[in-house]
Amino acid sequence: MNKRNIAERRLAWLLCAPALAAMLLVTAYPILYAIWLSLHRYDLRFPEQSRFIGLANYASVLSSEVWWQALTNTVIITICSVTVELVLGFALALLMFKATLGRRTIRTVILIPYAMITVVSALAWKFAFDPTTGFVNALLNLDQAWLTERWSAFFVIIFTEIWKTTPFMALLLLAGLTLIPQDLLKAARVDGATAWQRFIHITLPLMKPTIGVALLFRTLDAFRIFDTVYVQTRGAAGTETVSMVGYNVLIARLNLGLGSAVSVLIFIAMLIIALLLIKGFGAPLSQTRGQ
Amino acid sequence: MQNRLETLFWSAFGAIVTVYALIPVAWIVSLSLKRPSDLNDRRFFPSEISFDNYRAIFKDAQFPAALWNSFGIALIATLLSIMLAMFTAYALVRLEFPGKKPMLVGVLAVSMFPPVSIIGPLFNLWRSLGLFDTWAGLIIPYMTFTLPLAIWTLAAFFRELPWDLDKAARIDGATPFQAFYYIIAPLAAPGVFTAAILVFIFAWNDFLFATSLTSTNAARTVPAAIAFFTGSSQFEQPTGSIAAASVVVTLPVIVIVLLFQQRIVAGLTAGAVKG
Repeated sequence: MNKRNIAERRLAWLLCAPALAAMLLVTAYPILYAIWLSLHRYDLRFPEQSRFIGLANYASVLSSEVWWQALTNTVIITICSVTVELVLGFALALLMFKATLGRRTIRTVILIPYAMITVVSALAWKFAFDPTTGFVNALLNLDQAWLTERWSAFFVIIFTEIWKTTPFMALLLLAGLTLIPQDLLKAARVDGATAWQRFIHITLPLMKPTIGVALLFRTLDAFRIFDTVYVQTRGAAGTETVSMVGYNVLIARLNLGLGSAVSVLIFIAMLIIALLLIKGFGAPLSQTRGQ
Repeated sequence: MQNRLETLFWSAFGAIVTVYALIPVAWIVSLSLKRPSDLNDRRFFPSEISFDNYRAIFKDAQFPAALWNSFGIALIATLLSIMLAMFTAYALVRLEFPGKKPMLVGVLAVSMFPPVSIIGPLFNLWRSLGLFDTWAGLIIPYMTFTLPLAIWTLAAFFRELPWDLDKAARIDGATPFQAFYYIIAPLAAPGVFTAAILVFIFAWNDFLFATSLTSTNAARTVPAAIAFFTGSSQFEQPTGSIAAASVVVTLPVIVIVLLFQQRIVAGLTAGAVKG
């Protein structure tokens, strides 16, 4: 342990301190505060009734129809959108990788959905599917009130999500594809492997870390879906998601105790999803990202 | 023959992708240009172009205020986030210290953190600290939640920099400051700029914090303002105003993204795949 090492350590800590402090103050402290709030009766409209009530808030959330319905809805939206995004994104990435013509143009336009504000893209598709303003019904010769029925509303929400985030998925996967050594694929081809065999036995296994990272981030992102649902249905027609429930109880009804119980449950659900996905894809993420 | 077919295939592919990406944009632009009386004609393109909707949103006090809030808040959050992230990324890339790993894990944890879990506590804290419905009340969470993105992007860029040039310059007699200012800073600038664009887009895009932590024109940003637009009467849908406002906030970002597309793609994917 020489002097230089100590100085280097001190400098490193000094440089990391501001970011670390910000992250702890804005995430760790509030989540602890949320846990504390969730154990209390704490309604901003009746502050004088505040008191410790143990796990009663959790009991009322977990025994309510609304929570389970919202959880089911969120899971449906997450699974549907992430699956389609992965398949579509992979196809798009493979095509972009092979493209001999206009590769740059495609890469450029594909960024447009990413650049569009989520609220705006949700509104654009809402208006497009609207029976009085939209062009979709006219185009398909239908008379469908898309956002007032549960399954068609889900369709519009998931469709909007897929439109917005597939390009991001495709770009991530494309970046992974470029890291695959082409010699390996050529060698397999010489040995008589079909295109499908090459994809299954070489491309996919080598892409596993990239797919893992893409899936993890998109799944967590889809699970906290809020903007699109809020704009398109406000949770009506049985499309409420867990984030909507949290927002409604906390901000609209000002019931911080009960709402915090919802918040903590969402946090736990996301923790479970993250752990499952990280375990499922083996590689520790700090190695695929960051290091 | 083979070549022609291939050209045709790739052109068709390009056309499909372009249409896919552009439809909602074209649709919202066309809606914004329709006359109010044509809004419900269910046609994709306006039969006659009118700028009434744009005039209406800029005459109203709400939208210009929201635009100013969005711009100021996103810009300040970006500057702060990039500054903190630069320090951290430099330490992670260039220095050896115990706690590097926990720091990386912490950054990763924040990137996965669900914002909805803390809006309640923040709402309550901000009200008691006087930060509710202020610029600072949004800048603080935006700065924090963009740190992981900024740190990864910058770390990925910093790793590629030829840091030895710094030593070479020092041997040639440059002071540490000169070495940094003339050698390292110009090389790092593109990476910093890319990270800044990504962070700005994140802050510009946020809706959850903006709806939860603001209540008036004092700090309400555009996404929240658009979602709460009301028509001139209770029965009139403000579709035209919403469309015009959407175009105003979307087009500048699209232009920036298209101008710097290569860098943005590199930035978005940098942290994710490089081992």
